[in-house]
Amino acid sequence: MKIEEITSLISGTVVEGEAFIDREVDCAFASDLMSDVLTLRTDKSVMLITGLCNMQTIRTCEMSDIKVVIFVRGKVVTEEMKELAADNDMVLITTNFSLYRTSGLLFNTQLPGVY
Amino acid sequence: MHFEYQVEGGDFTNAGTTSSTVKKMMKQLGVDPTVVKRTVVALYEAEVNIVAHAYRGTIYVDLEENCVDVKLVDEGPGIPDIDKAMQKGYSTASPQVREMGFGAGMGLPNMKSNADKLTVTSVVGQGTTVEIINYF
Repeated sequence: MKIEEITSLISGTVVEGEAFIDREVDCAFASDLMSDVLTLRTDKSVMLITGLCNMQTIRTCEMSDIKVVIFVRGKVVTEEMKELAADNDMVLITTNFSLYRTSGLLFNTQLPGVY
Repeated sequence: MHFEYQVEGGDFTNAGTTSSTVKKMMKQLGVDPTVVKRTVVALYEAEVNIVAHAYRGTIYVDLEENCVDVKLVDEGPGIPDIDKAMQKGYSTASPQVREMGFGAGMGLPNMKSNADKLTVTSVVGQGTTVEIINYF
């Protein structure tokens, strides 16, 4: 599924990485626990859906080769986070929808989970 | 090739900068992406542990012909019971660490699954040494 379609479906805003919105995402993972994100084992293109909005969210994605992150419930992404994301060619999306609603909408489109 | 990096305890904003540097360096040197990912995930877990639990630490990275050897030596309270610390779900992390998305007792077990060889030694009141070796 293309990032552009995902953003539209969740009434989201791309706050970083606009240039990459035609990229495809293979599967998604929803978690606020970065320790859990770090245990993912896949070579597919993963998107993270999370309510945790800080530098360690971006660092965790950097280490895990995750290139797309959705921050739910109107979280504000800082400039520092955007800079780090830009360094790693990531796309950051914000939405006012909840983690549950965001995940549900995406799951309904047949976008699979990592597991 | 030998590299050394300093890590400050409690510096949550910069936690992971060494892992980031090491990842870029390994990629530039053309190391197999699977080895890069396993190594930096284990290193990042260990780096966050220094920030979360220790006063300060040094990370030594040696890139050999057939392996990458990462050693993290910290000055800190040490781990009284390493077997217990290796158990999934056991954690002594502060609320601040949990707010960062860590502290669920998954770090050391995850380091183990991302390392071909993991060695943890500790002296209570002095510090902890973690060594991660991954072969190419």
